[in-house]
Amino acid sequence: MSPLVSFRQVSARLGQKDILDNLSFDVQAGETLVLLGRSGSGKTTALKMMNGLLLPSAGEVSIDGVRTTDWDLIRLRRRIGYVIQEAGLFPHFTVAANVGLVPRLEGWPLRDIDARVESLLTQIGLPRAQFAMRYPRELSGGQRQRVGVARALAADPPLLLLDEPFGALDPVTRVELQHMFINLRDKLGKTALLVTHDVREALLLGTRIGVLHNGRLVFLGGRSEFLKAHEEEVRAFHTCLEDEWRDTI
Amino acid sequence: MEGYDLMSSALAHEIFELTLEHLFLVGLSMGIAAALAIPVGILLTRRAFLERWVLGFANVMQTVPSLALFGFLIPLPFLGGIGKHTAIVALVLYALLPILRNTLTGILSVDPAVRESAVAMGMTGRQLLWEVELPLATRTILAGLRIATVTTIGTATIAAAIGGGGLGVFIFRGLASVDTTLLLAGAVPAALIAVAADRGLEWVEQKLSPV
Repeated sequence: MSPLVSFRQVSARLGQKDILDNLSFDVQAGETLVLLGRSGSGKTTALKMMNGLLLPSAGEVSIDGVRTTDWDLIRLRRRIGYVIQEAGLFPHFTVAANVGLVPRLEGWPLRDIDARVESLLTQIGLPRAQFAMRYPRELSGGQRQRVGVARALAADPPLLLLDEPFGALDPVTRVELQHMFINLRDKLGKTALLVTHDVREALLLGTRIGVLHNGRLVFLGGRSEFLKAHEEEVRAFHTCLEDEWRDTI
Repeated sequence: MEGYDLMSSALAHEIFELTLEHLFLVGLSMGIAAALAIPVGILLTRRAFLERWVLGFANVMQTVPSLALFGFLIPLPFLGGIGKHTAIVALVLYALLPILRNTLTGILSVDPAVRESAVAMGMTGRQLLWEVELPLATRTILAGLRIATVTTIGTATIAAAIGGGGLGVFIFRGLASVDTTLLLAGAVPAALIAVAADRGLEWVEQKLSPV
């Protein structure tokens, strides 16, 4: 089976600066690959290459075996769920309209959209009767982020892209949402690509972890390999794990 | 007594007619200005290189003293001459800048995260404009329309200088004959229209604003 996402020698240049340098990796259906890196490591750029928000300056990114430069980008994006920090909800749409957006763009019948919205709101723990008609400004940060996840799942896309989705939340809410994400992902069998700078989040959510440093992929492997790896940047992330652990004792 | 009544009822009648004429001048000018400036403002958000030239033009138009602008238009073919159409051309030129600038600002100040989400959800350029950018910019665009309308109501009194009619007729007549009653007959209705327009458009702004 061909990989769902495939990067082949992908580079991205912005002016004189290389944001991504010769990046190659595959994502298989069903896995959650976490791209871990510091700010400016190129992880968000890599993510945006997958739904064609950015195109590579060299190399190719393929989704379902088709290069992003050959995809009809509107069609591609409607098949990929996208969640960003602070959710990016439409402030002038109700919760129901936000969640039902992609189904509506895809021309689903109203009744199906309603049913889909209701089922998703239940799954993210925001009952329709209470939340459907609220506006984003009437929600807490955690609730907004839940709606963001529901909106990404609405048209049942096989692939989810998440850019620091839980980064702006308080620690308790963050853990709640991380577990909600794991439950939904496992239940719905989604493939996910998640970008974070939080090594604990990477270990909790990732079935595989890729470490980006200055636009290069310096490590790619499972959790236990990550914990054993000796690569310098990976060890830098180990250090912040140890420090947190020392604090707890 | 009888003569006075006759005169004041004739004056009242004239105030009514010139007020209507004034409203017509302002209404038509604002309609044309909005129909030009809003689409051009939208275009400018898509073609950044045009922004300097178009905003520059609108800026220059605003800086020309209004009485002079009316004068400059008189010798021009098609657009110029004596009468209402020249007045309307001048009023449109004045009203362009606030509408243009607010359309531009309104659209460009949409939260980049919201815009990015819209694109990533698979909205087409048209859907992005109609479903996200314009609704979120409505309030700012309407504020521009309001500023332009209130200014135009005042500026339109100068239209009488080139035979454009409106409440300015009283003002120029009052100036020529040093007659305060005539000055007030022009100035008070113009001020009342301006206040009413300001309040009315503020109300519309609040009603239509989605957030």
